[in-house]
Amino acid sequence: MKVQRQMKYQREAHPEWAQQIAGLPGCEHLFSCIQCGTCSGTCPLSIYMDFTPRRVINLVREGFREDALSSQTIWLCASCYSCAVRCPQQIHITDIMYALKREAIKYRKFPKRFSIPVLAREFHRMVSANGRNSETWLVLRMALRSNPMILLNMAGTGWHLFRTGRMSLRTERIRRPHELPKNPKSSMEVR
Amino acid sequence: MSDGYLYFPGCSLKGTGIAYEESLLAAFRLLDLKLEELDDWNCCGATSYMSMDETQAFVLSARNLSLARQAGNRDLIAPCSACYLVLRKTQDYVGKYPSIRDRVQASLRDADLPMMDGVRTRHPLEVLYNDVGVARIRSMSVREWRGGPLVCYYGCQAIRPYYEVDKPVQQTRMEEILGAAGIPTVDFALKTKCCGGSLTGTIHEVGVRLNYILLKEARRKGAQAMVTLCPLCQFNLDAYQAEIRKQNRESLDMPIFYFTQLLGWALGADPRSLGVQRSISGRRLAREWFSVEQEVPAHV
Repeated sequence: MKVQRQMKYQREAHPEWAQQIAGLPGCEHLFSCIQCGTCSGTCPLSIYMDFTPRRVINLVREGFREDALSSQTIWLCASCYSCAVRCPQQIHITDIMYALKREAIKYRKFPKRFSIPVLAREFHRMVSANGRNSETWLVLRMALRSNPMILLNMAGTGWHLFRTGRMSLRTERIRRPHELPKNPKSSMEVR
Repeated sequence: MSDGYLYFPGCSLKGTGIAYEESLLAAFRLLDLKLEELDDWNCCGATSYMSMDETQAFVLSARNLSLARQAGNRDLIAPCSACYLVLRKTQDYVGKYPSIRDRVQASLRDADLPMMDGVRTRHPLEVLYNDVGVARIRSMSVREWRGGPLVCYYGCQAIRPYYEVDKPVQQTRMEEILGAAGIPTVDFALKTKCCGGSLTGTIHEVGVRLNYILLKEARRKGAQAMVTLCPLCQFNLDAYQAEIRKQNRESLDMPIFYFTQLLGWALGADPRSLGVQRSISGRRLAREWFSVEQEVPAHV
């Protein structure tokens, strides 16, 4: 049995990080949270989370950066906006979750080959290069770079999609890619 | 309105959600509404892109809005919930946050595109409800529904956090439109509970479980099929039923339609043009309900 301290010390917190998050678009009401738990109650995924949305908000506003960024919660969030519209303090929790995902990807605070950041990265790459997403290639690239074994489970679904004319192997491209936003240095570079 | 609308398909409506595009075009044609695809549209920058670079996602959406403005300032219809939300959010945040506005403006200027102000992002459900109206749909419906009762499922991003597609709670517009077209629906308490979005592809068990709950509750309510307004919801509910059957020893096999397919049927469209044959689950029921061979005139 491993016994370890379950409480956090104030000195482990980074209040300036909390300020930084609260300065992002959509995240400005962070400090007005009353910890009512409405977000956790309405979240369809909170039963799978290590920290419920309410607890994540608390971690963020106290500045416990490591705990917030390494939480599974930010990846389980499907961006359904249930919490955001029900929050009595009008905290845009979904925007805060997005901000945490971006931080976690930027500083690689996620398990190696974890499918969600891989999906985000491949999607970003494909769209930056072609201006459009090609569904089939995106799924293949995500699988190959995270866990190729899942392709076995996907084969059945793939066959059904192919059979019903819902799967295309074409790479979609726009005609005027020079009109796309240039990728500035400040944006995320993840390998 | 005489010029009609512009239409933003996004990736899904050209791939897994092609039946949504087919049925939307068919229904709009029968209602005498012009719908023109936005030329050279780019990815909307939805959910996954947001987790990489938010401002870039807004800039991507801004290009689409700017193209729409160039194409005659018509309303831009985005049928996919994820596309709809990003386009709508871009307009909102560009207005609210000068930092985002500056970057969007700079990027559009670099590409010699006009600023995106003035274009309205709309969802087909709300266009049908507000611009066409329930009364007109009732009077234009020519075919009788021979299928079973359905539940309408609204999902998330089309109806939250912006409330232009329907009311914030107790959404009813899909039910009203289908009701006017003579198609019965059953009330469904989970109509805005999330389908998991891309989780079915990433954390598979969790995503599939959410869909199992939705399907099971729909059946408990007495529905034989579900109606959606989003390609991702349709895909998730449609594609994993075999797996759900196996895991939970359920006899579930329910067709998942787009509301435009049902509307198209009532308006008299050829079922093949509505893409009904593209369902993975509930194929037998779908074939039976949408077959024109045994069709009898409505007055018999």
